Amino acid sequence: MRQLVEWLSTLSVWMIPALIVFIPLFAAFKKVPVYETFVEGAKDGFGTAISIIPHIVGMMVAISMFRASGAMDIMLSFFKPLLAPLGVPAEVLPLGLLRPLTGAGSLAYTTDLIKSFGPDSMIGRIASTIQGSTDTTLYVITVYFGAVGIRKSRYALKVGLFSDLVGFAASIAVCLLIFS
Amino acid sequence: MVNWIWLFMIVVSVISAAVTGKLEAVTEAAFDGAKTGVTVSFGLISILVFWLGLMRIGEDAGLLRVLSRMLGPAVRFLFPDVPRNHPALGYIMSNMAANLLGLGNAATPMGIKAMQELQKLNPDQDTATPAMCTLLALNTSSITLVPTTLIAIRLQYESANAAEIVGSTIAATAVATAAAILADRWYRSRASRSKRPPITPTYTAPPSQSGKGGEAVG
Repeated sequence: MRQLVEWLSTLSVWMIPALIVFIPLFAAFKKVPVYETFVEGAKDGFGTAISIIPHIVGMMVAISMFRASGAMDIMLSFFKPLLAPLGVPAEVLPLGLLRPLTGAGSLAYTTDLIKSFGPDSMIGRIASTIQGSTDTTLYVITVYFGAVGIRKSRYALKVGLFSDLVGFAASIAVCLLIFS
Repeated sequence: MVNWIWLFMIVVSVISAAVTGKLEAVTEAAFDGAKTGVTVSFGLISILVFWLGLMRIGEDAGLLRVLSRMLGPAVRFLFPDVPRNHPALGYIMSNMAANLLGLGNAATPMGIKAMQELQKLNPDQDTATPAMCTLLALNTSSITLVPTTLIAIRLQYESANAAEIVGSTIAATAVATAAAILADRWYRSRASRSKRPPITPTYTAPPSQSGKGGEAVG
């Protein structure tokens, strides 16, 4: 177990610098003009960030209101007694519900948690991990099956939601294991 | 669904604020939320510009193709009912490779192309085949090596170590993907044991599919 924890933190330290050095080296070896290609691809980043503004603003407004009104605390107070003995912060539970349904909503809620509790708090770390480790199942099903006109999705939704649930539980377990 | 969640949060907020006398705080929170939304999105520009630039280098160098080839054996194992030389497999590999690098914009078109190819093998155009369900399962649990968006948000709120979640994310996503694959396998075996005739498509070479119905796909 200790070894796994060490291995995962090494991965955190090395993954990004490794990709930053490996990809351009590999490309230079393949005779790609690395810097010009970088600039060309980087142009897309701006549009991508701007295009999500309406989604994030819409969800951020609703979530901020929900927290400021006290409704969030009322909702969380139901779950606290159930989760406290396990050492699981109740604040991450709504994220488990939002994640499969709306990507912008769960990203907004994750942002709200990071803002309220700090990125390096256990809640901030767990929320980041949950948000990063699964995709918006409902959206993926709509886009992929919608594109080819599949109406009966059979067990696809069940499998997707099941893996979201497992990912949610795994995120909490891994974070409690690594970061405490 | 999203419409209802959004409406629910807003309506419940205003009602409970009215009851507890927090209306001013809620109004302020609405504007503050909008501001946070814009600030966060702008904060994503730096990382997205940088990361997409880096990934374009990888794409132009053929990294997706190399990665796809490495994924070949896994894909053939996960999609036993797709013929080995079928173009669907290539698109599935590209889709998985793009997901791995966190290239959502490249992954989705590849995934849709793969779906269209799988639809050509589908005897019942309305109902998903097991292969389609497997592709979906892989995409809903999507393994990503670097959760760039989250790192960007953590940086904005001054994390002491923004990248420390890379390891935990990879571990959690690996477990979720394993669960998706196992659940998918289980449903597959159950589907083939049930009375419904198993969906094993008959594959003929791509150019000569003139005999099959007039329905255009894609």
